[in-house]
Amino acid sequence: MSLLLEPSPKQIKDEKVYQEMGLSDEEFSLIEKTLGRLPNYTETGLFSVMWSEHCSYKSSKSLLKKFPTEGEKVLQGPGEGAGIIDIGDEQAVVFKIESHNSPSAIEPYQGAATGVGGILRDVFSMGARPIALLNSLRFGELNSPRVRYLFEEVVAGIAGYGNCIGVPTVGGEVQFDPCYEKNPLVNAMCVGLIDHKDIKKGQASGVGNTVIYVGPSTGRDGIHGATFSSEALSDDSDSKRPAVQVGDPYMEKLVMEACLEIVQSDALVGIQDMGAAGLTSSSAEMASKAGYGIEMDLDKVPQREEGMTPYEMMLSESQERMLLVVKKGREQEIKNICDRWGVLYAEVGHVTEEKNLRLLHKGEVTAEVPVDALAEDVPSVYLPSVEHSSFKKNQQIDASHYTVSDVKDTLIQLLQQPTIASKEWVYDQYDYMVQTNTVVHPGSDAAVVRVRGKNKALAMSVDCNSRYIYLDPEEGGKIAVAEAARNIVCSGGVPLGLTDCLNYGSPENPEIYWQLEKSTDGMSEACKLLETPVIGGNVSLYNESGAGAVYPTPVVGMVGLVEDLDHITTQSFKNAEDLIYVIGEAEAEFGGSELQKVLDGDISGKPPVIDLNVEKNRQTQILAAIQKGYISNAHDIAEGGLAVAAAECLFGTNYGAELTISGDKVASLFAETQSRFIVSVRPDNKEDFERIVTDAQHVGKVTSARQLVINDVSGQNVLQADVQELENAWKGAIPCLLKSKV
Amino acid sequence: MKFAVIVFPGSNCDDDMVYAVTEGLNAEAEKVWYTETSVADYDAILLPGGFSYGDYLRSGAIARFAPVMTSVMEEAEKGKPVLGVCNGFQILLEAGLLPGAMQRNQNLRFICRPTELVVENNQTGFTAGYKENETISVPIAHGEGNYFCDEKTLKKLRDNKQIVFTYKSNANGSVADIAGVINEKGNVLGMMPHPERAASDILGSADGLKLFQSILNHWRESHVLTS
Amino acid sequence: MVKVQVYVTLKEGVLDPQGSAIQNALHTMEYKEVQSVQTGKFIELKIEKTTDLEKRIEEMCEKLLSNPVIEDYTYTIEEVVS
Repeated sequence: MSLLLEPSPKQIKDEKVYQEMGLSDEEFSLIEKTLGRLPNYTETGLFSVMWSEHCSYKSSKSLLKKFPTEGEKVLQGPGEGAGIIDIGDEQAVVFKIESHNSPSAIEPYQGAATGVGGILRDVFSMGARPIALLNSLRFGELNSPRVRYLFEEVVAGIAGYGNCIGVPTVGGEVQFDPCYEKNPLVNAMCVGLIDHKDIKKGQASGVGNTVIYVGPSTGRDGIHGATFSSEALSDDSDSKRPAVQVGDPYMEKLVMEACLEIVQSDALVGIQDMGAAGLTSSSAEMASKAGYGIEMDLDKVPQREEGMTPYEMMLSESQERMLLVVKKGREQEIKNICDRWGVLYAEVGHVTEEKNLRLLHKGEVTAEVPVDALAEDVPSVYLPSVEHSSFKKNQQIDASHYTVSDVKDTLIQLLQQPTIASKEWVYDQYDYMVQTNTVVHPGSDAAVVRVRGKNKALAMSVDCNSRYIYLDPEEGGKIAVAEAARNIVCSGGVPLGLTDCLNYGSPENPEIYWQLEKSTDGMSEACKLLETPVIGGNVSLYNESGAGAVYPTPVVGMVGLVEDLDHITTQSFKNAEDLIYVIGEAEAEFGGSELQKVLDGDISGKPPVIDLNVEKNRQTQILAAIQKGYISNAHDIAEGGLAVAAAECLFGTNYGAELTISGDKVASLFAETQSRFIVSVRPDNKEDFERIVTDAQHVGKVTSARQLVINDVSGQNVLQADVQELENAWKGAIPCLLKSKV
Repeated sequence: MKFAVIVFPGSNCDDDMVYAVTEGLNAEAEKVWYTETSVADYDAILLPGGFSYGDYLRSGAIARFAPVMTSVMEEAEKGKPVLGVCNGFQILLEAGLLPGAMQRNQNLRFICRPTELVVENNQTGFTAGYKENETISVPIAHGEGNYFCDEKTLKKLRDNKQIVFTYKSNANGSVADIAGVINEKGNVLGMMPHPERAASDILGSADGLKLFQSILNHWRESHVLTS
Repeated sequence: MVKVQVYVTLKEGVLDPQGSAIQNALHTMEYKEVQSVQTGKFIELKIEKTTDLEKRIEEMCEKLLSNPVIEDYTYTIEEVVS
């Protein structure tokens, strides 16, 4: 492509070239009005990426405003690379989650890998050292060869990137449902640690300060990626797609180390990664936030390919690049650090008084547009909302009656459901120990990473049960937040806050928009009550294909503070003869449950209801009991109900358990009623524990025989199973499904 | 005694190695940049894990030509203890300081998990703190840890008791379950499992610490003898 | 200027798990005629012509491009007009 082939401003308008770039007629005329003239091709490109949903959140902004984003400990809310929360000792935790769905649907290995690379940059661009990665993945059912391919390659891509760069992948979740068959979800979360004094922001201030490009050279990869991911996948996606970005974790390691050294220098004014919309978003956002402008000479941008146009350079999404603003006269200090790490360094421009993004190419001004117009002035899109047709239908379906003929068989079937089954096949491929701080490995409720040199740790978890949200977005939204907090509490942490990744279908469909609206309502309510502010996140819309939209999937990534290493608790039983307690009564609620999925092959009806006050109360009590040292293990009762939760507490141990259930048998065993926990308590802590955790019911004990025995109150045996047999079924399920290759 | 931890571009277990020595042993360790030309001032040399040069071409193939390696090889020749862990082991193989080569794991996937090792030879300066045939828990984390050598080399390794660690359960397909080998002289040890990740109970095992302790003790003994 | 194409393959007798995986996949895809699969690396160099060209290429192959413990190499040289 050369400059000669670019359409003229008049052609762009007359032939509506802007539409191909994703701009609407109204948006284009607004641009024309703002500039007082027609934009040229490069300028139209700048607006098209900056005003894409991916960069601007134009159709979700009004909903995101509902989230509570402030709190006593919040040092940085949404708006920067990542949010920041105080954890005491002049330290803070920095974290964010982001989607890389559409790139992963097309090239799963590189899509997932570059997703990890991007989220790492968001965190280290704040000045924080990344200490952990997590991921939340959704695929179709594993009986499809294409799904198996996507699943295997996505996992390999995450491993390939995270392992090489040396940041442990400590946790995550994987779920399988037919709605994700064509639209897998790949969300990556990064957690970093920082000293308050090192916090950096993406701001370009100080007229005359130098704009510096750090990282590998720019190629034609990923041009228009942001716009691409703001559209639904169609059959011609293959031909339309931009060149796939290839991740280079080795380069990112060098860039990361160089940047972490640079942030220690007071020569640095601002720093931001070149993520979606690359050079355009980083420069425009940094300037807009600081209230300045930037002038860049594109001839100075390192280029990997010959004859690149300004349009291509500005829209390229080549990976592992950072944009820095450095105090004038101090450039050499920064260059020395880059040289030492073998990272490319180029002075490409400077900060200007005039609040414009001004681009020079071959000695001429090739684009000049106000930075605020790019970064701030995108018109919000208010979309109509209509209750999803499935909602009323599901509200009327009775999902409270299920019969189970063989309890053991059913339990084994549940344990083999890929959503419940052991994810060892996945996390075995992730280096979850590098940095030698991972105290609780993947597989427990939350991963726990200690803070070196201090007697404290961070608990972290990603959660979302999208089936509940599909059936009832508002209730499901509350549950997603509550469950994440529950996992943190079970690990001994105080929930601090969360980052969210909102994955939905096309918001232009009023029913989808309604799901978005209702679920974020539910989430906001839970965030307020559980005092977990939203400190940042990402919206991924248009996750749909000919086969329909994905379930509404607002993934919650939560971080908690374990105030003392002694508080760290895992889900495994610890001692024979410990007393087992269940907190919370089971109700016959099976809408969206694993039991329903196994018995009916699909989900329907109402999901479990949640009372957030009860949730908050129980979480507070359990955390207090953990902190006092009264609890040996803690696990939330989630997918598959008590029977599955009890089995999970036994896996990886040498113990068994005897439990007595009361009330409706099927509900007691398999219902997914909310705000429930299973914990074990040493007999000498019995009184102290019961005094604190008021809803706890003593239901049995841990035994040294490797049997799971469940009786009803009359003494009649309900289940007797060899724990090893259960564990083999649970562990073998995913490898077994993957082996059935065509 | 002072340990050197060599940092190549792409090393990522360098800090972990330093912590194992400084926090675990309370001894001195310094990071040495790959462009340095001498490691003569150090008493033991540690090559850490990671992905030096991105593991491009072959793991360790490019790092083996880093400037610092000339001095590492000279010091090894002089008998100074050199320990290579994971990528460090791969570098030692590429450098020819140890026999054999690494291939991709048999299942073609990266494997990270706690692993049980058998101490096959406790008569080395690295393993004197272990009992013979003791089973220890040390994690592995690698994609290319499938150790290969021909029959002749294997026989030699066996005859000379150069196989120092074996896997109890072989996850990567290594010849003869080999997890770690030492050179004939007994001063260069390479191992795929990460002893620095098993350096305190809170991480699940402290079995790896004895290896560093053994190096320290060995140095102290020889130091007392020579001074 | 010459273009040198280097092929690095595993020595005979060295297990090639990647090759076996590919062969298995081809077999399950009904390409039963596939007798064996061997994987390797392809490296292309552009080199200024010198008198001891072949000697130096072999040196590069033995020192860096291949690992003689497990790998063999072959190469071809082609003149290019620059």
